[in-house]
Amino acid sequence: MELLVASAIGILTAGGLYLLLRLRTFPVILGISLLTYAVNVFLFASGRLTIGAPPILRDDITRYADPLPQALVLTAIVISFGMTAVVVMIGLGAYLGSDDDHVDDQPEADADTSEGRP
Amino acid sequence: MSLFFIVALPFFGALLPGLMNPAGRSACAGVTFTVSLAAFIGLLTNLPTVLAGEVVMARVDWMPVLGLNFTLMLDGLGFFFALLILGIGLLIIAYARHYLSRDDNMGQFFTYLLLFQGAMVGIVLSDNILLLLIFWELTSLSSFLLIGYWKHLPEGRQGARMALTVTGMGGLAMIGGMLILGQIVGSYDLSVILQNRELIQADPLYVPALILILLGCFTKSAQFPFHFWLPHAMAAPTPVSAYLHSATMVKAGIFLMARMWPVLSGTTEWFVIVTTAGLITMVLGAIIALFKHDLKALLAFSTVSHLGLITMLLGTGTAFGAMAAMFHILNHATFKAALFMSAGIVDHETHTRDIRRLGGLRTLMPITFVIVVLAALSMAGIPLLNGFLSKEMMLEEATHTVLFDVPWLVPALATFGSVFSAAYCFRLIGHTFFGPVRDDYPSKPHDPGFGLWGPPALLVVPVVAIGVAPFLAEPFVKMVTASVLGGEAEVPKAYFKIWHGLVPALFLSVVAVVGGFVLLAIFNPALRLWDRAPRPEAKIIFEALVEAVAGLARRLILPLHNGAFSRYAAIGSVVIVVLGFHAWSTGTVGPATRVMQDVTPVSVAGWAMLVAATIGMVFLHRNRFLSLILIGIVGLMVSIGFVFFSAPDLAMTQFTVEVVTIILLLLALNFLPNHTPVESTVLRRVRDAAIALFGGLATFGLAYHYLLRDAVTGPISEFHLANSYKGGGGTNVVNVILVDFRGFDTYGEIIVLGIAALLIYALTETLLGGPVRARLLNRTPDVARAGDAHPMMMVVLTRVIMPVVLMVGFYIFLRGHNEPGGGFIAGLIVSIGVVMQYMASGFSWASARLRYPYHGVIGAGVLIAGLTGIGSWFVGKPFLTSDFTYVRIPPFNEFELATAALFDLGVFLAVVGAVMLSLESFSRLARRAHVPDSEHPMDIDPSRDDDPVPGTPAAQGGL
Repeated sequence: MELLVASAIGILTAGGLYLLLRLRTFPVILGISLLTYAVNVFLFASGRLTIGAPPILRDDITRYADPLPQALVLTAIVISFGMTAVVVMIGLGAYLGSDDDHVDDQPEADADTSEGRP
Repeated sequence: MSLFFIVALPFFGALLPGLMNPAGRSACAGVTFTVSLAAFIGLLTNLPTVLAGEVVMARVDWMPVLGLNFTLMLDGLGFFFALLILGIGLLIIAYARHYLSRDDNMGQFFTYLLLFQGAMVGIVLSDNILLLLIFWELTSLSSFLLIGYWKHLPEGRQGARMALTVTGMGGLAMIGGMLILGQIVGSYDLSVILQNRELIQADPLYVPALILILLGCFTKSAQFPFHFWLPHAMAAPTPVSAYLHSATMVKAGIFLMARMWPVLSGTTEWFVIVTTAGLITMVLGAIIALFKHDLKALLAFSTVSHLGLITMLLGTGTAFGAMAAMFHILNHATFKAALFMSAGIVDHETHTRDIRRLGGLRTLMPITFVIVVLAALSMAGIPLLNGFLSKEMMLEEATHTVLFDVPWLVPALATFGSVFSAAYCFRLIGHTFFGPVRDDYPSKPHDPGFGLWGPPALLVVPVVAIGVAPFLAEPFVKMVTASVLGGEAEVPKAYFKIWHGLVPALFLSVVAVVGGFVLLAIFNPALRLWDRAPRPEAKIIFEALVEAVAGLARRLILPLHNGAFSRYAAIGSVVIVVLGFHAWSTGTVGPATRVMQDVTPVSVAGWAMLVAATIGMVFLHRNRFLSLILIGIVGLMVSIGFVFFSAPDLAMTQFTVEVVTIILLLLALNFLPNHTPVESTVLRRVRDAAIALFGGLATFGLAYHYLLRDAVTGPISEFHLANSYKGGGGTNVVNVILVDFRGFDTYGEIIVLGIAALLIYALTETLLGGPVRARLLNRTPDVARAGDAHPMMMVVLTRVIMPVVLMVGFYIFLRGHNEPGGGFIAGLIVSIGVVMQYMASGFSWASARLRYPYHGVIGAGVLIAGLTGIGSWFVGKPFLTSDFTYVRIPPFNEFELATAALFDLGVFLAVVGAVMLSLESFSRLARRAHVPDSEHPMDIDPSRDDDPVPGTPAAQGGL
């Protein structure tokens, strides 16, 4: 089970990083979202994986999942929505203002030849 | 009045002028005056204690671990400076009211002025040197704002930048010096430091500390070679020049030298550095001042010169020197502030400050003339005016000072400087006020109203009074001197007298005055000589220096930091992975302590879906709608994963956030292109893929590794589990952590969320207010729109669902403390319910039924949460301490009432407001010009008679 979660984190990170390195705003935003999932799951998993023991106190039960990472990740999820919304808005404003949704500054004169170079 | 109030009054008062701005200029100045007056009176209430030789203290421990305490101290020296700052401040405020024109934003000016005043009072009352440093930097910042107050003038901006750079660098050096000093003594409290003269002067770090502190003092007080910023700061409005650059800020360096005098002075290093710097500054400033044609530049360089004089006196290290310095500070503050204000009057009336264009003002502006003559003659050192007394004390001290083993050096240079000093004073009077009346003034001059000449006239009163009756000032100056000396030396017995007999100082005074007249007589040839002599221009040197440093920084940074986001992302990812690998390969790795848990087919299926969706996104991301669906699948699988791993709260949050995120991205795609074109080369894609794979592999390794090992120490969650019910009154530990144990975090988080939403709103407003608006209104969608954007079935369905959604939200909210749920999740659910109304019935229909603006909802949420936290203060508990009780109201069962629920309500409201404000802002962009807003929820409604608007698709661009 640990292998599944760890590999999921790895794959989410890899996908997120690849999209993060794209040249247009929308894929970059999606990349950030994927990275957010990866980070949230990673932080959540720092409480180690516990199955079938939610941290809701019950009499005569002593085994609970670690509640602290859960609380931290819960707010992180909500905040990441706020952050995504701001980033989308900035990207949108840039696109509407300049009719261009590249994340990097484009060279003025020979935009066609130099595009794609790092 | 407590010292805290005296310091705090200007800072809190700084809020008022801005608020009073709409009420008019007099109200604005009036409130500022009242604040200063209150602080001034507060200071005077401490006068009897200070006169009795006692030190008033006030202390609050701020960060005792760092040695940073909010300790204030009022002794003679502090009282003297605070009196100057607040007293002259009052006059300046009255003067500025009449000086500033209608176009100037007066609220802003007085806000800056009060901030500056507070910072200055803070400096002179601080007992803790770290606290003093904070106020010191605050004066640099607030004076930057004041100097650059006329933002439209390039000289103002440049002067402000130069002043900030020079004094900021000096402040930086001083931080180092103060920290060394604190380390030597073992305390940052001035009262302790001042008791340890031997310890400090014997320490090997004494010289570095001395030099660093002096750097701070010299930059602030414009001592050579840092004198050049002061004249450039004269681009400020005249009240600022009069206040900052004659009476207060430039004296801060002097103040600090006086404050540190008992422990730093008396050594050869102190004597040589301080006396030399002071002497050079004094002579250089006086020479340059004579040849300046701008009234304010002349006064600026004369200020530089006089500051040099005071510095030199402090440098001598004798008690008499210190007393002369204190006396001259008092005298200089009075006549120089009066002169600056008079220069402002001349500028205000004639619209020029160029001496060459003036002259003959004596008969046109008699009142100003009298003020200037008295103040300038005092500056020149003419008897029966206060400048004469302290200047003669200076010359007296100079005759006893031997620098570099040359006995005549100091007296000769001091007299030489005094000659020039007398000359520029005579020039100021002669070339401005005497001579024939001209007919080419830029504006016809006449004396201004009392508001402008009253404050300098008031300052001239002590100039004459002390000059005629020196004994008036004597007890006060001696008291101040006593507190400067701090018991390290006896206060000199010398009496303040006009006539001392035929002492050498008198002859030197006579030489200075006569020499000044001679110099003025030969002024024209001297000016030609001066104009022909090559001189280094400080501004050019300074700018070249700054440009050189900036160029070096550019060369270092630009290759890495060229503004391309993808480059930062790539470099950042690689660096993080490499650092992680370094840590991994050099550290030790313990054996696995946990057993891998068994895999179930269901979890494999979920994992497979998540992986497939992620990989699909990478390959299909060019189709943006498709990638939205795929990211939805990823989010869903993550939520299910949370359920599986015992985190029901997380699952609910993730799921609801997923819904609003997708709606948000859909709204954005309304405007953005639907397709990402192929642009990057294959090579680049391979490079990116490699970086991504490395990053992924690294996180996989890290996660896998620690999932199989226990934490190094027991997690603090044990405490939360044990106390959740007992202390927090709830069985859902996650919720109790959010609203109780870590309530302060949550409070900060809802504020951040609210700010994010407001930011989105502000950006939308900017877009809609700018040129983008026309394009938005006239755009045509790139894909065909549905004929019926608001179908009846959806309208009816969402309307029916709404109460159910609200009830579910209410239920989730209430159960939150004990079962999965809570404010965050309930807020998201209710938001989804409201968003559905927008989607189904259209933007205008929904917003017409909006009763409370979302800004208000956010604000109410933050306020409720904050007030709940504050409530615990009333029972003497720290912020956000929660309480709960069980009540029973028949016929209900016993139930729990917790303050945490009130806090959670705040969270709920903030979340609803933030989510809705974000989404609403996006949909406001979507309105288009050729699609009329409809007040009806449905475009096609059989119960309505009217037809849909012909010729357009019945659809609207709404949500």
